[in-house]
Amino acid sequence: MSAGGPVARTPVAGSWTAGVRSRISGLVPSGQVLPDRQPVYVASWIYVFGVLSLASFVVVLASGVVLTLGGSLWWHTSSVGLFVNSMHLWSVELFFATMVIHLWGKFWMAAWRGKRGLTWVTGVLLFVASIGTAFTGYLSESDFTSQWIAAEGKDGINSIGVGAWFNILDASQMLLWHVALLPLVLALIVVWHIVLVRRHGVVPPLDAQPREGEGT
Amino acid sequence: MTLYADTVLSGHYLVWGVISISVTNAAIIVAMVVVFVLALVVPFPHARDDGSREPRP
Repeated sequence: MSAGGPVARTPVAGSWTAGVRSRISGLVPSGQVLPDRQPVYVASWIYVFGVLSLASFVVVLASGVVLTLGGSLWWHTSSVGLFVNSMHLWSVELFFATMVIHLWGKFWMAAWRGKRGLTWVTGVLLFVASIGTAFTGYLSESDFTSQWIAAEGKDGINSIGVGAWFNILDASQMLLWHVALLPLVLALIVVWHIVLVRRHGVVPPLDAQPREGEGT
Repeated sequence: MTLYADTVLSGHYLVWGVISISVTNAAIIVAMVVVFVLALVVPFPHARDDGSREPRP
């Protein structure tokens, strides 16, 4: 305990906390975490769909947490449960629709230019992981639809040799993948993707002039 | 069985050779393409013009 003297502010050499702090603060250039100024070309509706995907994802997570608290009997039988269940479904629909339009926009403006390759790759990973998360969600509805999907899909999963570890007829395994493992993976990749966007900036249109020394 | 019949016969499908898609899914894809095109051509509203935006690089 300090004896009343000032607390030392100078980072201690070899301190892991100072190292982690330095790594975190260095992830994004200063002032770019939540910027309030953007290049003029960002004033276009096509640049809106990334953040619309993010907003939909937040609603998906929030409604999913409420469904997890209530359980399947609640979301199938009570009016509030049915409403939250529908909100979860439709926010997922919006998430995929806005994400795919975001994907189209970024593909046609070659968004991997200017050292943004990893941003593009993490977006692809997000798309693939989202499909898996949605699939386990449809398997977790705990109704005839989820049973039918599991029975129809099991041969496809077995044909690629992963059925012993990812058994879509095992409802509890699919539920845990859906509410625990995959949302964590998705959230981590979302953070990674956004850090990369903030680090490299949004990609300019193809006809915009590059900065001095910046590749296209 | 009613459930079986509802599952199999519900909805309308567009079939073109090996390609089969429900009218609902086709309509959603068309709507997404329309939104995509609108996002490219509809002007973005400028809430204020105080010179706060950075110039084009």
